[in-house]
Amino acid sequence: MERTEGAPAPTVATAFEKARAEGRAALVGYLPAGFPSYEGAVAAATAMVEAGCDVIEIGLPYSDPLMDGPTIQDAVHQALTGGIRITDVFRTVEAVAATGARTLVMTYWNPVDRYGVDAFARDLSSAGGCGLITPDLTPEEAEPWLAASDAYDLDRVFLVALSSTDERLAEITGVSRGFVYAASLMGVTGARSAVDTGAAHLVERTRKAMAGRSPLPVGLGLGVSTGEQAAEVAGFADGVIVGSAFIRRLLDAPSLEAGIDAVRRLTAELADGVRR
Amino acid sequence: MTIDAARDLPDLTGHFGRFGGRFAPEALMAALDELTTAYQTAVADPAFRAELNHLLKTYAGRPSLLTEAKRFGAEAGGARILLKREDLNHTGSHKINNVLGQALLTRRMGKTRIIAETGAGQHGVATATAAALLGLECVVYMGEVDTVRQALNVARMRMLGAEVIPVKNGSRTLKDACNEAFRDWVASVQHTHYCIGSTMGPHPFPMMVRDFQRIIGVEAREQVLELTGKLPDAVVACVGGGSNAIGAFHAFIPDEDVRLYGFEAGGAGVDSGKHAATLVGGSVGVIHGMRTYLLQDDDGQTLETHSVSAGLDYPGVGPEHSWLRDTGRATYQAVTDSEAMDAFALLCRTEGIIPAIESAHALAGALRVGQELGPDATIVVCLSGRGDKDMHTAAEWFGLVEGEGSAL
Ligand SMILES: Cc1ncc(COP(=O)(O)O)c(C=O)c1O
Repeated sequence: MERTEGAPAPTVATAFEKARAEGRAALVGYLPAGFPSYEGAVAAATAMVEAGCDVIEIGLPYSDPLMDGPTIQDAVHQALTGGIRITDVFRTVEAVAATGARTLVMTYWNPVDRYGVDAFARDLSSAGGCGLITPDLTPEEAEPWLAASDAYDLDRVFLVALSSTDERLAEITGVSRGFVYAASLMGVTGARSAVDTGAAHLVERTRKAMAGRSPLPVGLGLGVSTGEQAAEVAGFADGVIVGSAFIRRLLDAPSLEAGIDAVRRLTAELADGVRR
Repeated sequence: MTIDAARDLPDLTGHFGRFGGRFAPEALMAALDELTTAYQTAVADPAFRAELNHLLKTYAGRPSLLTEAKRFGAEAGGARILLKREDLNHTGSHKINNVLGQALLTRRMGKTRIIAETGAGQHGVATATAAALLGLECVVYMGEVDTVRQALNVARMRMLGAEVIPVKNGSRTLKDACNEAFRDWVASVQHTHYCIGSTMGPHPFPMMVRDFQRIIGVEAREQVLELTGKLPDAVVACVGGGSNAIGAFHAFIPDEDVRLYGFEAGGAGVDSGKHAATLVGGSVGVIHGMRTYLLQDDDGQTLETHSVSAGLDYPGVGPEHSWLRDTGRATYQAVTDSEAMDAFALLCRTEGIIPAIESAHALAGALRVGQELGPDATIVVCLSGRGDKDMHTAAEWFGLVEGEGSAL
């Protein structure tokens, strides 16, 4: 899918702007490609868009997901065992982007490095993807990605953490594009019963680090799983990011159909949460 | 980059040429910076160095001996084989050198809990030991497969008061134990130090672990000079993550006439695909926080490794070895399971020393290098550990169990 000359590249920033214009936070949903199957992932992501997700993160399944808790590990393992390849990830992005939702890929760095950073950026862009979220790539090692994302006009979403110093927040937000991903807690992915009390402060510090520049939206992720929590996070962040809770629904369902129904209900609950 | 520059590597951002660096989650960056600073101030502090040296001497038993292996050497083309006896260290391997340094650093940073990954269990045992000595809480992650083949070490760690957590995902070996330790660390970094057991991981680990292991080669260089009046022709070590090898090599890197050989786990043979010979059969990528050679497929997924030796059963390798490989300063070859087990038996029968199966890979390599260099050669072999932990595997391999035929 070649972009027509002159048309602006899709960016997640527009999804955040739309949400802001509606006086609410954006809802960002994560799902790994190939889980529970290639078609199942596309169907589930489509349901998430229909029920109210503004942005979809397609996870690129990786053999050593060291930032992920058991739920995402299980899903990714299932996707890899099912034979998912990087080309399938691009096909998934293409199908999800076709729904009109802004679509990012979330990936550990080695698959991109192996594919070739420039080739990856090129193929992601032609699939209609907006950019990458890179949980184990920080600005220090990001030079090839900064160049490739410039060449293909892609968003680059880096993470900030509760432990990030002010200097690091300034550096990270300085090279980010699209939005900034604030990790709500010190730990791996997975549902938690409560949002860490430091999360709001991190969002505030991240915004402060962008003072004097055109500020990027700040999305908060890790641990959010209910409409209640989404409403709480929407009170202080520009976006609410949910992953493991969707996967849990699919893992626990007796059939794909039932799983997608449950995903749809959860999305509606979260979409209601970000509007409260 | 010239070999002379090796002494100054890594650079300030942890790079050995294009290798190394820091590919880590943002949540750990502050801790890695803190660790780098704490390490640098500690090694510049005479009190820290004195305490570490005191422990190495009075607790670990350093300096370790350099033992001439005449009967073994006769089988190695008649070369003069000198064994650097890291097996005689307290806890039975070179791992204690690194652990004592990192455990002291843990205390210095005001942290109260120490975690580790382990394959063969030697690093886990060393960490549990240092934790007991310094009164730190200790958790060790170990692949489930390894908890079975190194059961003795699991019991040792528990006896020493450590909690051993069997890791049941992925290939259930060393790489998965590392993943799990990193997951623990992101959540616990405020009060916990992750004591990485080899020259791997994000900066500063490859540098720091190398510096703590450097003593192997520093001592060996002095000992061999004293014994023979000249430098050896070759230094030989096994390579898993690469800590005993870099420890043995480092002091010799500027001695350009001294050949450096690293032997990796060839498993059933590199051609079979069932091996862990990263530098021989791998390609460059990113794993566990560092850029280095690794075993991966076309999509960058880590491949499963195979080795009779739990401590070498790892798909990555320390970044400094990748650099030494590419510069040609060191040579890396693979040793198969059966070559290693033959060398294991040979050392037992010729010298009365039962080596770790990891170290047996170095011994098999020494037989090869000895044939190549001939009877005038002097070869230092890093005997990284002792083989008590491997008796179960050896008994099965050689059929030493009652009622079964012996393969020896
Ligand atoms: C005795 C012994 N030698 C070697 C190794 C391999 O580690 P490294 O390559 O870091 O020395 C191990 C690891 O468990 C070991 O126990």
